[in-house]
Amino acid sequence: MQSIEQTSRRNFLKIAAATGGGLFLGFNWSNAATLPIVVNPEALAAGAVNFNSFLSIGTDNIITIFSPNPEIGQGIKTAFPMIVAEELDADWTLVKTVQANLDTNKYERQVTGGSGAVPHSWERLRKAGATARYLLVESAAKRWNVPASEITTEKGKVFHKTSGKSLTYGELAEDASKIAVPKEIKLKQEKDFTLIGQSVRNVDNKNIITGKPLFGLDFYREGMLFALIQRPKAFGLKLKSVDSAAAKKMPGIVDVVTFENSVAVVGKSTWQVKKAREALKIEYEKEFDLESSADHNRIFKQLLENGEATVRRKNGNVEEAFKNAFKVVTAEYQCPFLPHSPLEPMNFFAHVREDGVELVGPTQTPDRARNEAAKITGFPPEKVTVEITRQGGGFGRRLSADYAIEATHVSKLVKAPVKVIWTREDDMTGGTYRPAVRYRFEAALDKSGQMIGYKLRGVGMNSGNPTREDNFPSGAVDNLLIDSVEHKSPITTGPWRAPITNFLAYAEQSFLDEVAEAAGKDPIQFRLELFEKAKKSPVGEIKYDIDRMVAVTKLAAEKSNWGKKKGVHQGFSVYFSHRSYVAQVGEVVVEKGKPVLKNVIAAVDCGIVINKSGSLQQVRGGVVDGVGHAMYGNMTFKDGAPDQNNFNGFRLIRMSEIPEVDVHFVNNGISPTGLGEPALPPAGAAAANAFYKATKKRLRNQPFTEEEAFKNIS
Amino acid sequence: MALLKLQINNRSYEADVEEDTPLLWVLRDNLGLVGTKFGCGIAQCGACTVHLDGEAVRSCVLPVSAVGKGKVTTIEGLSENGDHPVQKAWEEVDVAQCGYCQAGQIMTAAAFLKKNPKPTDAQIVETMSGNLCRCGTYHRIKEAVKSAASKTK
Repeated sequence: MQSIEQTSRRNFLKIAAATGGGLFLGFNWSNAATLPIVVNPEALAAGAVNFNSFLSIGTDNIITIFSPNPEIGQGIKTAFPMIVAEELDADWTLVKTVQANLDTNKYERQVTGGSGAVPHSWERLRKAGATARYLLVESAAKRWNVPASEITTEKGKVFHKTSGKSLTYGELAEDASKIAVPKEIKLKQEKDFTLIGQSVRNVDNKNIITGKPLFGLDFYREGMLFALIQRPKAFGLKLKSVDSAAAKKMPGIVDVVTFENSVAVVGKSTWQVKKAREALKIEYEKEFDLESSADHNRIFKQLLENGEATVRRKNGNVEEAFKNAFKVVTAEYQCPFLPHSPLEPMNFFAHVREDGVELVGPTQTPDRARNEAAKITGFPPEKVTVEITRQGGGFGRRLSADYAIEATHVSKLVKAPVKVIWTREDDMTGGTYRPAVRYRFEAALDKSGQMIGYKLRGVGMNSGNPTREDNFPSGAVDNLLIDSVEHKSPITTGPWRAPITNFLAYAEQSFLDEVAEAAGKDPIQFRLELFEKAKKSPVGEIKYDIDRMVAVTKLAAEKSNWGKKKGVHQGFSVYFSHRSYVAQVGEVVVEKGKPVLKNVIAAVDCGIVINKSGSLQQVRGGVVDGVGHAMYGNMTFKDGAPDQNNFNGFRLIRMSEIPEVDVHFVNNGISPTGLGEPALPPAGAAAANAFYKATKKRLRNQPFTEEEAFKNIS
Repeated sequence: MALLKLQINNRSYEADVEEDTPLLWVLRDNLGLVGTKFGCGIAQCGACTVHLDGEAVRSCVLPVSAVGKGKVTTIEGLSENGDHPVQKAWEEVDVAQCGYCQAGQIMTAAAFLKKNPKPTDAQIVETMSGNLCRCGTYHRIKEAVKSAASKTK
């Protein structure tokens, strides 16, 4: 408990210095039921106040809000304060957001992942803003001796219209801090929002466009050493011997240290350690099978046929349905390994001191970094601090703490502050990939084209369950079997933006296009009939909202003028993931004999949109990411080693290759349901189905550009 | 090691470095100019783009000894107050997501517009396709370059 008070006090003093006193509201980000409490400086100094985070209003009218979740480009550092400012009626130009350091006593879920930050914090943030507004209004009522009901607020000011009086929030902050916090607080109605739903620019824009130090790689400390690490060049190898004599003699090199299967070259500059690393002589030996992509292809087919499958969902009698089928449609889809490729490579600063550990860097899970550092050093976790920097993309890669672990090891071994840096080659060959997967789908149709049976088997690498068995079309088919088989690979894998669904949605929505065609139905009409069936006579449990699926489907059809454009080949896809609903229409035009994806129309239901500008870009970026990887992304292996190690071998989508992305949000007043991931999953199928319309060739493997069908036409 | 004199952002700098050190790492590790980013190290992504005598170059593959008396401009020196037309357009269009690639994008765009103040859409796309943005902000990069072009005389 001691440490909470000390940390809190330190933060408090920092804000106090920045704002020159005023109202301090501590609010609990982790429990929406807990109302914010006024933190009075004396009580705080005495360590008597139990609180979790700060919203401060300074006498200079500056409102400071700590944002606990790591910013990786999803726009949370802008969206969070918008929500607080809305309820507070703050003057947006006077709101400042500060990235909070890791503090598990103050915050819950200090994680960026799963598109969960806004859904998780929506109500907490609103209450924090609304409570502060209440206190300001009450204090003004007291000062003017008028009923609080006659007082209005706007843009950081309190008004009493009948007397013409007004005060700024800053002028009232001291008084407000003495008012008792209400037991209940009324939140605004959506129709009264003035900031939420508007376009607000990224709060870090100015720093970004002028090149200010923001990112983990930009963090430098006096006396800091640089480390590059040589890891085994293939998955399945382990370290046998190291000869570092030549490397140690090179200029600027301080030490070469070994831990686990890693050899770290530590020195005075990035370039010096990079050159010295090339002088290492290391021998490895085989620990596990050295897998190649050809092995994976064989394993996939073997396990699809003979693997021992785990049943994930079963409805009705599938065998009977397929026996009675008028028509059976079968198809297999496969996707490759993918690196995350955030543009800022992995890096982390660690200083293992005698009294604790200081960590600084880009991480989506600071708590994991801290716990791992504690384990390595033997310090209790509260002796490990983690400062979270802005991050040059994450895409799930920074959910792994491996590079923070490395930094801790190296700092401990060389007894100095160290920054571990990964080159792009390290980043691309260093593992935790999106694992490859293969799906087999089977559909049974009756004479009228009704889908009476559905089977899906997923075979994944280290993926656990590579299906999402309760997603559509589950619930809409009487007889259904979804199962999975897993292969344990020594190639390290981890979550990649929209885990599982990033590939599953492509495969499923492409397959349903095949089934619709076999049933002789329009792909959208086919899905609408299934939604209707799920609504009228649901089969088993349904874990998605059918009405929201229908709404985005119809909106995408309407906005794309579905089926009515001449010379435009349209493909449809709709998917529910991470709580949100997205339908997309891909549009392919044949230019000089080549099919080109010109446009994607996206209909999005993520509940209430917080920041119009950020959300629009989030959807566009998600589509570009989904289309780009579906078209070009391919990581292959030979004897356990990746064949691609940089952007010359691994192709990322570029400006000349993107479609236009036309975004439409559903406005239904539902609380926000997340947007960092949901726009990505449907993109692959919207493109594949549109390409099919243009070429009559199915694209059943990613990347599309490696498909025979695609090669022949482009 | 050699003591090299460099002209960067209209200032003189000295760096005691090995001659084959890429300019990028001298800027970052030795001179504290960290606005220029490391992305790939092989001139594929453009995050490290700076101007050398007005030309956009990839500082990750440019040995510092090759800079000679050339005038280097980095994102920190593109304008006094972050108000270069390209920077302003980036802010107004709200281009950045994570923001990591944007300094390189801005430097590429600024050099391009200086030579070609009235570019066609195709020329913008051709030039800017040399810079990667992993967040996929390409639509807005294109919009911002067009907007900056319309305001540059």
